[in-house]
Amino acid sequence: MLLVGSAARAADGDPARGEAIYQRCLACHALEHNRVGPRHCGLFGRRSGSLPDYAYSAAMKKYGATWNEETLDHFLQNPLKAVPGTKMGYAGVKDSQERADLIAYLKQATSDPKICK
Amino acid sequence: MPITTLHADPITPVRRSFLSGFGKITLSASAVALLAGQDRLALVGRASAQTTNNDVTILNSALGAEQQAIAAYQLGAESGLLQKPVLDLAVQFQGHHKQHADALAKAVQKVGGKPVAPLKDYGFPKDKLKSQNDVLAFAATLEKGAVSAYLGAVPILTDRELAKAAASILGDEAMHWAVLRQALGQNPVPDAFVS
Repeated sequence: MLLVGSAARAADGDPARGEAIYQRCLACHALEHNRVGPRHCGLFGRRSGSLPDYAYSAAMKKYGATWNEETLDHFLQNPLKAVPGTKMGYAGVKDSQERADLIAYLKQATSDPKICK
Repeated sequence: MPITTLHADPITPVRRSFLSGFGKITLSASAVALLAGQDRLALVGRASAQTTNNDVTILNSALGAEQQAIAAYQLGAESGLLQKPVLDLAVQFQGHHKQHADALAKAVQKVGGKPVAPLKDYGFPKDKLKSQNDVLAFAATLEKGAVSAYLGAVPILTDRELAKAAASILGDEAMHWAVLRQALGQNPVPDAFVS
């Protein structure tokens, strides 16, 4: 596996392992619905802080990223450092392979028409 | 967790007895006292503004998850799908989450933050909850998520006493998760470490 620095690459990730890692997110997130955190369906290509029916922090509204493999990798590594003021009070996914797996799962699941209608 | 793989009737007599006994246990309010204690809040008061802001964010994230859990157990209790003693267990677990939420809200206020309010709608998958097992499996996913959420909070809380209190809640959530897995006929403690 070739990783650039500590960056995770979804191409190197295993969606099946990522699905198991996604279980960690379920206290706050769901694919289909906004809960404590915003829904993940349609995540890739979405502008950060742009869901009209979710109350983001001011910091996330200003973040100005478009979610893709690279921006997710950066954010998920340390959310509070990546976006100071984010509502996501979580240490992050520190292991680059785990991030790659999680991002690979998110890429697959959030565009699955059977899940994200 | 694939709900469709769950057993049709997982509450065997042995497990029923186990659950019944568990339901009689009253947890202490130590987590509440830990979170609301003046001594640790004084420590937080000495932290920098940014680190205190992060602690508020972290505590509010935990509070939001607790509020969601309260709503989920309410949905389960009102579903008509839970039978005693599982219903009693669900109500007991909801009570724990209420205690966690109350303590977290007080802690947020005492460090100068504003506690988040519960959502009006969590978008729970009501149409997929058709049996007691479905409800238990759904609750188990939230409890597992809560364990992970607290695991992601403990290392970054600036105040170590708040971190200790969060770890105390983590332990309670892990017990919930294990008991729910047991009720579902699954290995209650599948791994040596949680993540």
